[in-house]
Amino acid sequence: MVTGSLQEKEIKPKQTLEVTKLQELVYELKIEQVMTKKVITVSPEDSMRHFKDVLRLNRISGAPVMSGDELVGIISIEDLIKALESGDIDALVGQRMTTNVLTVFADETVIQAVNTFGRLGFGRLPVVKRDGKLVGILTQGDIARGLLRQLEVDYHEEEIHRYRASHIFEDIVSDQTGLILRYSVKPRDFSHCGEAASKLKRALQRLGASPNTVRRIAVASYEAETNLVIHTTNGGQLTAEIQPEKIRIVAVDQGPGIPDVEQALQPGFSTAPDWIRELGFGAGMGLSNIKACSDEMSLESKPGVGTRLHMIIRL
Amino acid sequence: MKLSEVLSAIEGRLLSAEADLSLEVSMACGADLMSDVLAFTHAGTLLLTGLTNSQVVRTAEMAGILAIVFVRGKLPPRDTVALAEQKGIPLLASKYTMYETCGRLYACGLPSCGLFRLTADNWPGATAS
Repeated sequence: MVTGSLQEKEIKPKQTLEVTKLQELVYELKIEQVMTKKVITVSPEDSMRHFKDVLRLNRISGAPVMSGDELVGIISIEDLIKALESGDIDALVGQRMTTNVLTVFADETVIQAVNTFGRLGFGRLPVVKRDGKLVGILTQGDIARGLLRQLEVDYHEEEIHRYRASHIFEDIVSDQTGLILRYSVKPRDFSHCGEAASKLKRALQRLGASPNTVRRIAVASYEAETNLVIHTTNGGQLTAEIQPEKIRIVAVDQGPGIPDVEQALQPGFSTAPDWIRELGFGAGMGLSNIKACSDEMSLESKPGVGTRLHMIIRL
Repeated sequence: MKLSEVLSAIEGRLLSAEADLSLEVSMACGADLMSDVLAFTHAGTLLLTGLTNSQVVRTAEMAGILAIVFVRGKLPPRDTVALAEQKGIPLLASKYTMYETCGRLYACGLPSCGLFRLTADNWPGATAS
């Protein structure tokens, strides 16, 4: 018996880079979670004629061959057809079966079975425990069904999360309930710029804010985050206070500060360096964008002390 | 206009590993200035740009851009592709210039997204709506 420990080369690095939800599941789910546990088996002493009836009655296309507790072979509809062709329908299963049985372990992940199916084109794989005991049978159909079932479970959990999140303001009662989300923004770290705004956007979606509101807040906070990345000495903090009727967003930093706030608010005024402009930013439109996206906006700054940008978006 | 129709109009290529080409874009915007994209695009816009850094994807995410076309045969670096994949934003490429890529789509009936109010208000003699 060949036992399949199949972690080899089948998973190419390129494929592992682009992991989708479904691929993730293939790596997470264990074979025992998707296999069929009720295994229909035949004995090597059964006739092929009997095997034919087993296939028909159970609507299956193959079965492991067991001699007592021991897995001694596997037989499929193909073997039956060959027996029929050679007029050998009364032969014994033991004479027609494949004895070199490839199995998978119950505690291996589904990806190992997927690879084996893909490579060898088998219709089914017997599933064994580490001690060799047969505990199930796995077909590609079992895998598809198992994945769909798990996707549904995950989707349902996601729904529940979303439900819980969007009801936070009804479930938690106080005179003034607010949810504060705070993000630290590093200076000049342009490759991560936008992560804070992205997380805030997702949080608002979870809380059930309308798409238009989400977009306004995402754009405003992204512009504010970009300013923190481009202009500050030591970075800053982006804070969103979410209340049932409005969202207050504050971007604070500790310098260098803006000498002329009036001028900074003029559309097109910019002090951004060239490397920022080459990336498509720093055209002096950030603050006017923020103003256009928010219901109230104020900017206070003191050179050498820091800057505080404050905006309110009503829901 | 479906993404598949966009691709045939610009004789372009799909860069994303997988994308739903039946996705509908209702308008387009050609810009290399991301602040402009943030300022005057609407959700459901197709973005055409000559920039390929990952902030283009961030901008698209924030502005609700549905898909991105890189013009002039430019191909984005890995991190841009990875971020787009993560955010589910299809990436397309055109071998034509910005002007011609835009022109081809406009000729096929894909409209421009509206002007940013601030810009429109400052246009001499404009009656901004």
